[in-house]
Amino acid sequence: MLQLEHISYAVPEGNGTKTILKDVSLSLNERFIVITGPNGSGKSTLAKIIAGILKPTGGKITFNGTDITDFSITERAKAGISFAFQQPVRFKGLTVMDLMNLAAGKRLSVGKVCEYLSEVGLCAKEYVNRELNASLSGGELKRIEIAMTLARGAKISIMDEPEAGIDLWSFQSLIKVFEKLYRETNDSIIIISHQERILNIADRVIVLENGSVTADGSKDQVLPAFLSGACPRIG
Amino acid sequence: MDEIQRRLLMEIADLHEIPEGAYNIRSNGEKAGRRTTEHIDIVTKTDKPGIDVIIKPYTKNESVHIPVIMTETGLNDTVYNDFYIGEGADVLIIAGCGIHNCGNQKSEHDGIHTFYVGKNARVRYVEKHYGEGDGTGERVLNPTTIVHVDEGGYLEMETVQIKGVSSTVRRTEGDLKKDASLVVKEKIMTHGDQVAKTYFSVDLNGEHSSASVVSRSVAKDRSVQEFVSRLNGNNACSGHTECDAIIMDDARVTAKPELTANHVDAALIHEAAIGKIAGEQLIKLMTLGLTEEEAEAQIINGFLK
Repeated sequence: MLQLEHISYAVPEGNGTKTILKDVSLSLNERFIVITGPNGSGKSTLAKIIAGILKPTGGKITFNGTDITDFSITERAKAGISFAFQQPVRFKGLTVMDLMNLAAGKRLSVGKVCEYLSEVGLCAKEYVNRELNASLSGGELKRIEIAMTLARGAKISIMDEPEAGIDLWSFQSLIKVFEKLYRETNDSIIIISHQERILNIADRVIVLENGSVTADGSKDQVLPAFLSGACPRIG
Repeated sequence: MDEIQRRLLMEIADLHEIPEGAYNIRSNGEKAGRRTTEHIDIVTKTDKPGIDVIIKPYTKNESVHIPVIMTETGLNDTVYNDFYIGEGADVLIIAGCGIHNCGNQKSEHDGIHTFYVGKNARVRYVEKHYGEGDGTGERVLNPTTIVHVDEGGYLEMETVQIKGVSSTVRRTEGDLKKDASLVVKEKIMTHGDQVAKTYFSVDLNGEHSSASVVSRSVAKDRSVQEFVSRLNGNNACSGHTECDAIIMDDARVTAKPELTANHVDAALIHEAAIGKIAGEQLIKLMTLGLTEEEAEAQIINGFLK
């Protein structure tokens, strides 16, 4: 279980500070959690804090009973937390195969890599030996990023707007990937998303607004009000 | 051949044993071994140090190894090797120089290689440079490569210098006739106070000739690199030059592409990019469980692969 206690995050602005997250406390037990909310509400910041990419200015994070607040990115990855970027990173020289092997932490067979790539809607053989450089489109990179998440097989996979930059056809594959992960593993998924179809398959939906949790519950509790523009308030 | 010499041969030419096909091994300025074949002759020059490698027309799927190894400190070895590749041949030439210097004097090898690539011939030329030894003496390698490619000929040149060379100045000049092509792929990594300078100059003289000069390098510590690439488009031709460098620590890197079009149908492109490893690249690999040091090594290895 992932426990966030009184997480806050602020950045310097002018002579003062700008608060991005305010006293966020969440117990994340469910298998499929979607964090949603308007642009600038602090969703990606929260995801990066969980992955260790950003250090909170206050609060505590525990994972399966261990305090991981001071864990580095590497230590969190080794503890079982993976992170898929909203804007995937390009690497000159490193191939899709290289990255998939690194994600899996072992040398994968070409067949296995093809299997992962096919699941995210890529014609696998064409991609295995391609470099993750500027020759790949944003959508292709995004799907490779998600294939890496599959290969990683982490206890908690965090994905920051996996639907961004993906065409409609690939989006259908993406939904199937999430459903398969849900069905065939015991791992958990935390997704930052605005997409109704992703919100619809969640066990739990958390709404962030202006750095605070303003709604939290099952999709049936949260979605009707959220989609109509009037979120149910918590507490 | 002793253990050190065998290791140098393995580093520069992947040779674990005597190679198949034609070869000429030069050790400490002397001929240490040679074999010729029915189609490839190797002849010692009589007017200056070096060899002529003569490849008969239409020789296919054969290779020539011409490694140089130096284990004596204070040696200054200059060698002139000329390669005559007959019309329609298709061969692999593996050169390279390894220096083991455990003394306090400079060891230097200057190899001047001239290629005459015949009509419609294809050559892949691989050259690796490597240095080692715990002495204070410098390990210096200054290769010069001059390439003349006849009509329809093709030369691909792959140069690698990853480790242990104190100083290098590489000069490569080429002239290409009609439909001829030259492809150069350079990989360099420098450490400490090492210096690596490479100068390329290619004249695209023939109609539909083409050249591609691509350098990827990593400069660490206080090392200095300079890359100068000059393409002269003298006919309807295409040329591309690219320098891509990762800079680290207190290193310095200079890239100077220079294009001159002397013909209205000359299409010439240059690209140059110098920068440190992006923080987001390190973070991405760390989210896969690598430490920062492991992530950096993966990025550099991939970049120079």
